[in-house]
Amino acid sequence: MFEGLSDKLDRAFKVLKGHGHITEINVADTLKDVRKALLDADVSFKIAKQFTDQVKEKALGQNVLTAVSPGQLMVKIVHDELAGLMGGEKADLLIKGDPAIILIAGLQGSGKTTFSAKLANYLKAKKGKKPLLVACDVYRPAAIEQLKVLGQQIDVEVYSEDSANDPVKIAKRSISHAKENGHNIVIVDTAGRLSIDEQMMDEISNIKSALNPQETLFVVDSMTGQDAVNTAKAFNDRLDFEGVVLTKLDGDTRGGAALSIKSVVNKPIKFVGLGEKMEAIDIFYPERMADRILGMGDIVSLVEKAQEQFDEEEAQKLQKRIARNQFDFNDFLAQIKQIKKMGNVKDLLGMIPGMGKAVRNLDIDDNAFKGIEAIIHSMTPEERVNPAVMNGNRRKRIAAGSGTTIQDVNRLIKQFDDTRKMMKMVTANKGKNMANVMRNMKNMN
Amino acid sequence: MGLFNIFSREKKERLDQGLEKTKSNIFTRISKAVAGKSTVDDEVLDSLEEILVTSDVGVATTLRIIERIQKRATKDKYLGTSELNKLLKEEIVALLQENNLQDFTEFSVPGDKKPYVILVVGVNGVGKTTTIGKLAYQFKKSGKSVLIGAADTFRAAAVEQITIWADRVGFPIINQGMGADPASVAFDTVKSAIARDMEVVIIDTAGRLHNKINLMNELSKIRKVIQKLIPDAPHEVLLILDASTGQNAFEQAKQFTAATEVNALALTKLDGTAKGGVVIGISDQFKIPVKYIGVGEGLEDLQVFNRVEFVDSLFN
Ligand SMILES: Nc1nc2c(ncn2[C@@H]2O[C@H](COP(=O)(O)OP(=O)(O)O)[C@@H](O)[C@H]2O)c(=O)[nH]1
Ligand SMILES: Nc1nc2c(ncn2[C@@H]2O[C@H](COP(=O)(O)OP(=O)(O)O)[C@@H](O)[C@H]2O)c(=O)[nH]1
Ligand SMILES: [Mg+2]
Ligand SMILES: [Mg+2]
Repeated sequence: MFEGLSDKLDRAFKVLKGHGHITEINVADTLKDVRKALLDADVSFKIAKQFTDQVKEKALGQNVLTAVSPGQLMVKIVHDELAGLMGGEKADLLIKGDPAIILIAGLQGSGKTTFSAKLANYLKAKKGKKPLLVACDVYRPAAIEQLKVLGQQIDVEVYSEDSANDPVKIAKRSISHAKENGHNIVIVDTAGRLSIDEQMMDEISNIKSALNPQETLFVVDSMTGQDAVNTAKAFNDRLDFEGVVLTKLDGDTRGGAALSIKSVVNKPIKFVGLGEKMEAIDIFYPERMADRILGMGDIVSLVEKAQEQFDEEEAQKLQKRIARNQFDFNDFLAQIKQIKKMGNVKDLLGMIPGMGKAVRNLDIDDNAFKGIEAIIHSMTPEERVNPAVMNGNRRKRIAAGSGTTIQDVNRLIKQFDDTRKMMKMVTANKGKNMANVMRNMKNMN
Repeated sequence: MGLFNIFSREKKERLDQGLEKTKSNIFTRISKAVAGKSTVDDEVLDSLEEILVTSDVGVATTLRIIERIQKRATKDKYLGTSELNKLLKEEIVALLQENNLQDFTEFSVPGDKKPYVILVVGVNGVGKTTTIGKLAYQFKKSGKSVLIGAADTFRAAAVEQITIWADRVGFPIINQGMGADPASVAFDTVKSAIARDMEVVIIDTAGRLHNKINLMNELSKIRKVIQKLIPDAPHEVLLILDASTGQNAFEQAKQFTAATEVNALALTKLDGTAKGGVVIGISDQFKIPVKYIGVGEGLEDLQVFNRVEFVDSLFN
């Protein structure tokens, strides 16, 4: 796997530390790493270069003695620049006209047919529309049948002509059909085509002229490499499309193609495909994509996830108990529950920028908590509140009761003491950054 | 080359046509980079870097190639355009040859495995089914009997798609309809091929992203089930890669190999503008030979991959 950019910046930040300003010299290596990370993420060669130049300009001369560390400052600059490039304002579908017409285009296998059906399903379920799907791929074996099957799954009518082989004519006739049958949206699925296939490119631009669609969407596989710029540009030159659909984002590609395409044709990414199911469609979030390309973890989802589970009242109570040094094993148990509720611990920690490496080297697994919970459950109420009373005999009893060893019990009690110390540190350091806390945590062992 | 039979010259022309775009592009750019220069300076190396990275070779492999060129360049003092082109080509071929991959020259299967079982795997939409259609056509043309297993029972109309190919080429298929257990289809196919004394079995599978553990386990299961009938099958696990895929292809190669012991690669859609440099990168890092390349959607648009010819077409 690729080393995440945040790891690299962590490294670079050691280099930068001690310099008061970001200068040409102390930023050079960092930028090299940024550029390599972008290339590993499939951002186009030219755009990666432009981008790092841009970041350099922003970074140079910035004072790093202020609130944040140099590493964090660079992360912020890189991230903000990228998120800015990715998109800004939300780009909704334009669904005007009766019927509104949406034309789908792209390379072979990019996910056009699947997306056409997903979009129909989405517009039907979310916007109360009555869509018509039109099968204009007369080339790929069983392409029409594929759309028909999907249409049936989502209960949307599919217009197709079994004997016709001219997509332009089929498309035109589908509009009359839509009008006659009260469909207010028409989604036209087309065959995959290479941008250098003149004949096929003529065909799609003829379909476009014949239909005059409100929206032409270019569907592109998020795993696409350096070719993304060529293809997107060629399709845009011919079709002047309104938006981009990025498919197969449920994979582990970093998706740098998104940035390349956005930069080259300057058209918004309107939807993403996240799976093969009809519901696996979402609108596009530029910030998340920026994080993904940089390998910085999805900070947004971390925050959202945490917010979902976070009990404000409980937290305040806990805060007070920590401050008064009353944090005990009952609280410890409650914390474990809380963490478990939030999902896989390692995944969760990995989402925090800068934590990537620390977590990877730690061996945390969810089962690790099982023993801990058993031990705490074997403690008496008194022992939980007042851990100091746990002498050797008591520890032996607890080990036997929980099916663990006395070493396990000792280790947990030590961990508990450490945690207590760390928590005091966190409350004392309020406002200091997470990296500091982590560093202090490490020094405790 | 001159003594090659007509058939293989034709083949070469098709490949050249498919790669025309790439070829002229890289060629003109290298020429520009070295124009008026007699040594390999930083500017030339920078251009080479750009050419290789924009061909999806990947940063790591590009740096290896550049390093080699640098070493060679300090030895051989004076270099013109043609020398540099030659040097670059040689270094890439050499890099590929280090992996000791055998070259394939024709569509053939070893005669001692009967049936010879090929399991075709890959992510969604790369061209698995199409490649199977074309491959079956080639085997059939060379007089082999082929049976296909329609084990993509998931994607809408997948069975219909392979059925149309079967009619077009004229090969029988085994299918249990949509939603059937793919392992059961694979088992049936191999069993039936044994009973019917068929020579080649090709199993089509549903596309799956390599990070989906359940779906990858399903592939391992297909493999195991086939082994119940023929212990050393599948003889060939063919991973299909789309030439337009970027660096994620490396992860695909890794994960599919972990799940199914991939031992051959096919690279599709090389007739597009995608440079296909991903082959160089992958061959460099995995010891899996590239066996076939797809250069179109028609019956005839599959070729046996030949490393030297491939690099030739890129730089000559
Ligand atoms: N995992 C995943 N697969 C997808 C997605 N979109 C499409 N596919 C799959 O990609 C393959 C090609 O899709 P299809 O719609 O036939 O592409 P088309 O040739 O452009 O019409 C099929 O196997 C689809 O199920 C997606 O967002 N995620
Ligand atoms: N231009 C071109 N298109 C191809 C090639 N191989 C497959 N395709 C197309 O890619 C799309 C997906 O192919 P398919 O075999 O259904 O992919 P699968 O989902 O992996 O089985 C179809 O439209 C094919 O016609 C190729 O070598 N060149
Ligand atoms: Mg389609
Ligand atoms: Mg298929």
